[in-house]
Amino acid sequence: MLKSIALAATATLALGLAAQAQAADISGAGATFPAPVYAKWAELYRAQTGIGMNYQAIGSGGGIKQIEAKTVDFGASDKPLKPADLNANGLFQFPMVMGGVVPVMNLPGVAEGQVKLTGAVLASIYLGEIKVWSDPRIQALNPGVKLPTLPVTVVHRSDGSGTSFIFTTYLAHKSAAWATRVGGSDSVQWPTGLGGKGNDGVAAFVKQTIGSIGYVEYAYAKQNHLTYALLQNQAGAFVAPTAAAFAAAAIGADWTKAPGNYLLLLDQPGAHSWPITAATFILLYKTQANPAAGKAVLSFFDWDYKNGDAAAEQLDYVPLPPAVKALMRKEWVAEIKGADGKPVYVSK
Amino acid sequence: MFGPYTGPACFTPKAAMTLAIEQTKTAEPQARKPRGGVLDPIFEGLCFISATTLLAALVGVIGSLLVGGWPALHKFGFSFLTVSEWNPVTEVFGAAGPIVGTIITSILALVLALPVAFGVAVFLVEFCPPLLRRPIGVAVELLAGIPSIVYGMWGLFVLAPWFALHIQLPLMVAAPPGSLLANLIQGVPNGANILTASIILAIMVLPFIAAVLRDLLMTIPPAVRESAYGLGATTVEVILSVSLPYVRRSAIGAVMLGLGRALGETMAVTFIIGNSHDFPKSLFDSGSTIASTIANEFNEATGAMHTSALIALGLVLFLITFTVLAAARALLGPAKTV
Repeated sequence: MLKSIALAATATLALGLAAQAQAADISGAGATFPAPVYAKWAELYRAQTGIGMNYQAIGSGGGIKQIEAKTVDFGASDKPLKPADLNANGLFQFPMVMGGVVPVMNLPGVAEGQVKLTGAVLASIYLGEIKVWSDPRIQALNPGVKLPTLPVTVVHRSDGSGTSFIFTTYLAHKSAAWATRVGGSDSVQWPTGLGGKGNDGVAAFVKQTIGSIGYVEYAYAKQNHLTYALLQNQAGAFVAPTAAAFAAAAIGADWTKAPGNYLLLLDQPGAHSWPITAATFILLYKTQANPAAGKAVLSFFDWDYKNGDAAAEQLDYVPLPPAVKALMRKEWVAEIKGADGKPVYVSK
Repeated sequence: MFGPYTGPACFTPKAAMTLAIEQTKTAEPQARKPRGGVLDPIFEGLCFISATTLLAALVGVIGSLLVGGWPALHKFGFSFLTVSEWNPVTEVFGAAGPIVGTIITSILALVLALPVAFGVAVFLVEFCPPLLRRPIGVAVELLAGIPSIVYGMWGLFVLAPWFALHIQLPLMVAAPPGSLLANLIQGVPNGANILTASIILAIMVLPFIAAVLRDLLMTIPPAVRESAYGLGATTVEVILSVSLPYVRRSAIGAVMLGLGRALGETMAVTFIIGNSHDFPKSLFDSGSTIASTIANEFNEATGAMHTSALIALGLVLFLITFTVLAAARALLGPAKTV
């Protein structure tokens, strides 16, 4: 008995040592939203280079805490840090891949893409001001559609989430009442409605409640064929949530004018842009105490920029436009340095 | 090196037993403990370390909850317990909603689970044919082994829609507007509410209470029950007037243990309670519990005050659970010799 315990302990110890021996592996932690694509990239990268990447999807808040505690090589967050917060910790952030948030509904007799909404009306619904679907404010946007006299049930995320951050920030951008009464954050004090845990929790409540409206990530809405609404963009056009509409929003954005890459892709110009688009971010230390580790991280992400678009699209994420990737490569050289002041990685 | 040698040369347990028996046989007045050389002090030391580590861990948990939650407790003071505004954006935190939600769901769960658990226990002890006793006993134990997330998913995808369609909607249609019943059952008819959360909790605590009650009923000496039957009491009379009073104190303790579990249950409740931080206004209104709030928000709580408020919530839950367990302890009383 004792002997077998001792054996087991030795085996565990040996395993631990073996794991330590592979120091070349990259470690990261953070947002859950991009976790599937990071895992796919890690698998492809390992097959090609033999270097592994271990990513813990513990949430954006956790990712920020972990990188600040220096327990990981990189952090990942759906919510970009403000330039002041970045500077306070000596961090640098860059966008990795994009997604979007889609309003979904459960209205009998109404097909997907049939109902048009604006940001202001969406905010009024989430504020609890619009209580029935046949409200004149919704009807005015949808002259040809017969809207039922059903009560509106608002569904939101109950867990703190980057998706909620993007959605509520968009509402705050479009509605002064939302900005003052609620604001934009990972979790807010919702004026009304039910909270579902995760995208699946929100989707389940929407499917089960007639007359409900919720919001989920684009990939989730697409894969589960949820009834989405068309949304009005900055140019005044009503667009459907498609990969092309997210890409259009990213092309319209000017990253060169965003200090610290603090840029939300909300309500971007362009006739085809989807208004609730967002990038997810990677956090790194500007000064890399171990330049080899910093180089390994940037090599991995540069490899993803070059070879990862197909895998991302397959999983319904939207790759960054080439111009944005080129800009980030330049910033890596200028911003991420070893203790000796030399760039840790230069893309070839 | 060794202590004074008192025992026989070969000290096997069997030998020790024979020795002990011989000692009693010879009626030696002082039953002396055999000294065990090196192993005994080591064993004693290990036991001591195990016990004190547990104590240290408990003190450590309370300490770190206090330290982590202090900024929120200090800033909001007593209003942390009485205000139901929970706003991470403006960083105003009052936990009255989740606290009330926790207490309501736990007590409702207990009210729902107790009669069934009682029925299960009495059936197993009094009426059950021996052939069925094992399968039912195993089923009760298996119910306790199902992970809570499975209950949560079942609640969300199966119980909630069924409940909304077959119970909630018909009730809402039937209730006269403005009546007490109508107020009690108002809400969104989608099955995610205080009552369904309580039902899930009831299913989760049921096996614990049933198992302990069964064991308690088994401890009643046959002579006690048989004499009651001998006096001509019916089965119902025996159970209600003899068996139950006999185990009453311990049974209350068992119920409190079930309550302790209901208070801390997290995942299953998070899925189905609707997660609103306001006071629940009716049985069919959505609410939140302390544990569900922490599970929902801790991952993404980036603000220092938000994190602190969540840790302070943890402390409140700890204190509630501690109070319940202490009450259970007091009711269980000193261990009875059976």
